[in-house]
Amino acid sequence: MPGSAAFIQFENVSKAFGTAKVVDALDLHVGQGEFVSLLGPSGSGKTTLLMMLAGFEAPTGGAIHVDGKRVERLPPYKRDMGVVFQNYALFPHMTVAENIAFPLKMRGVGKAEREARVTRALDLVQLGHLQDRKPAQLSGGQQQRIALSRSIVYEPKVVLMDEPLSALDKQLREHMQLEIRELHRKLGLTVIFVTHDQGEALTMSDRVAVLNRGKIEQLDTPSGLYDRPRTRFVAEFIGETNLLAGTVSARTDGVATVVLANGGSISCAAPDGFAIGSPALVSIRPEMLHLGNDPAVLNALPVTVEDDVYHGDHVRVHLSCQGQRLVAKAGRRDVVLPVGSQAFASFNRDDCTLVAP
Amino acid sequence: MTIARLKASLLVLPLIVFLGLFFIWPLWMMIATSVQGGTVRLAFPATAVAIAQWNGDGLPSPDVQAALIQDLRAEVVQEVFGDAVRSLNSQQAGFRTLLPRTMTALRNAGADATPKLERIDPRWSQPSFWLALKRGMPAYTDANLLAAVDLKRGDDGTIAHVAPDMAVNRAIMLRTFIIAAQVTLACAAIGLPFAMLAASLGGWKRNFLLLAVLLPLWTSLLVRTAAWMILLQDQGLINQILKALGLIDASLPLIYNRTGVLIAMTHVLLPFMVLPIYASLIAIPRNLMPAAAALGARPWQAFRHVLLPLAMPGLLSGSLLVFMVALGYYITPALTGGAGDQMISSVIAFYATGTANWGMAGALGLFLLVPTTLLYIVYGRLSRTPLGQA
Repeated sequence: MPGSAAFIQFENVSKAFGTAKVVDALDLHVGQGEFVSLLGPSGSGKTTLLMMLAGFEAPTGGAIHVDGKRVERLPPYKRDMGVVFQNYALFPHMTVAENIAFPLKMRGVGKAEREARVTRALDLVQLGHLQDRKPAQLSGGQQQRIALSRSIVYEPKVVLMDEPLSALDKQLREHMQLEIRELHRKLGLTVIFVTHDQGEALTMSDRVAVLNRGKIEQLDTPSGLYDRPRTRFVAEFIGETNLLAGTVSARTDGVATVVLANGGSISCAAPDGFAIGSPALVSIRPEMLHLGNDPAVLNALPVTVEDDVYHGDHVRVHLSCQGQRLVAKAGRRDVVLPVGSQAFASFNRDDCTLVAP
Repeated sequence: MTIARLKASLLVLPLIVFLGLFFIWPLWMMIATSVQGGTVRLAFPATAVAIAQWNGDGLPSPDVQAALIQDLRAEVVQEVFGDAVRSLNSQQAGFRTLLPRTMTALRNAGADATPKLERIDPRWSQPSFWLALKRGMPAYTDANLLAAVDLKRGDDGTIAHVAPDMAVNRAIMLRTFIIAAQVTLACAAIGLPFAMLAASLGGWKRNFLLLAVLLPLWTSLLVRTAAWMILLQDQGLINQILKALGLIDASLPLIYNRTGVLIAMTHVLLPFMVLPIYASLIAIPRNLMPAAAALGARPWQAFRHVLLPLAMPGLLSGSLLVFMVALGYYITPALTGGAGDQMISSVIAFYATGTANWGMAGALGLFLLVPTTLLYIVYGRLSRTPLGQA
């Protein structure tokens, strides 16, 4: 988290459309130079949050500070933020150069400096040769780069991106992800990036805020989110997981013993909370499950192999553990057990975590 | 392949026949009539041949006089003779009395007598009457076209201005263009904000606004004009309300003047402005205005640099449409305007129905048709230019 002081602060921010609460008493702090993604299913309030920051929606409660100033009553044109829209929102009647010069023109930048900065911004996205084209003559990826360079040419405090890559095909999208990261690093931009694509959020961001029903479920680094999900929603939304229901029966600092609902007990890394007797879910990622024949290892669950599905780089093994379905990912070097065979699925104490049910 | 195509074209045959019969043919006939000098030639065939030999100096030879006498004694269809007289009279005042009098005198004199024309009427000794007769003879004439713009051929055949007290067409033509331009401006001033409002709203509010524009379009022009006559009168609704509110003491002169014409025509033509602008506004991607704001454009800057340029094709189409239609307006200025607000169509109507001078009506119509056609070509170009290529 570069830049320690909170550069963007949402304090207790709410937004309601009629009786529907889209954002619910939300707090979020973003540091200067940080790349934070807002990730969530549609209707989770992520776009509304961005629109409130950009100034297109006014919060119904709470305060938003940017760089120490309250902004929630400022009109968009006074907020000095770069916004990249889903469908690029390039002006069709202007050339590429005119599009990029537009924010400079609005700020009264002189013609000579305008041209110099447009050239620099275009070089940054390597599209200098297209400056006299109209947007309609460009491909989707080129349009996206132009929109990007238009949003940073005036060196805004923050760049907001609203699902900017969702209209591109997979290969181009991955390429653009790298390019945006590169720009972020090179220019030290503060970026708020809205997406519903968890892969995109995990690969690009310094931190990811997972939103659900107008609240932040978890704000964490990508690896923190994946390895230590704190709620069932996050565990299920990010990646794939196996959840085993049980009750905490013993606990020491950082470790809990959970008695599973269908028998057996598991030793598991546990965050704070989860006192003895409280219900909990054990979350184990499929790639952390190892299949073997030794019942003596720690955290061994007796399973039956239901199906093996070949995926090229791995094999998905569908398991049944006393009526509950589990999924394991076997690497190419692992022994693949035939369908119908009995085995034990085991995992390390630190490779699983407890989440609230 | 070709047979299939032929069969397919049969589908539009009724349309083509209709257009040909009720649009192109009458249009062609009107244009043709405006340049035909035929009525005089038709009524005086012998004179036409004889007078062609005369060079126009002094008085024509006795052969020409004999030919005219022969023509006047011959039986002609009453309408043909009447048309010829009217046509000659419009070139040279006096023919309206001269020709019938001469004809009666000749018929009374008997078939064998050879009276001198000067004896019957001294005007036959004036060369100007003979010149007018000679000039009325050619199969094609530019007399009507020249008269439409207040010009005529002088006695020596050069083009000259008509007497100032007869020169009204140019002034009325100019007035027609000015009124059409004023109406276009008024429609643009009202139509652009209206279309912007309609395009920015959603649901029933948008439908209501569009209906408010379309409903008058489905109502008869005459009814709408009549409604304005009721509203704008000295004792009409508007004046009564203003008086009741104490804003005015005496009635405002809202009708039978230019104000009335502009109000009524603007209202009638507003849909032609609103609909093209609305269409171009609706086509603008929804996030362009937010993008402009986010990039630092104040509302008026966003309007000036983004919305207006993108709405311009619609605004231009609408303006051309309104201007073209306004040029030909007749009923509305006739009912809501004063004598000084009549447009060129009323003059055309006067020639066509009032004096049956189809040549003049056609010539004036041609002067209306040419600019309208040119504007229509511009309009066609504009409406075909796609967004972003303008």
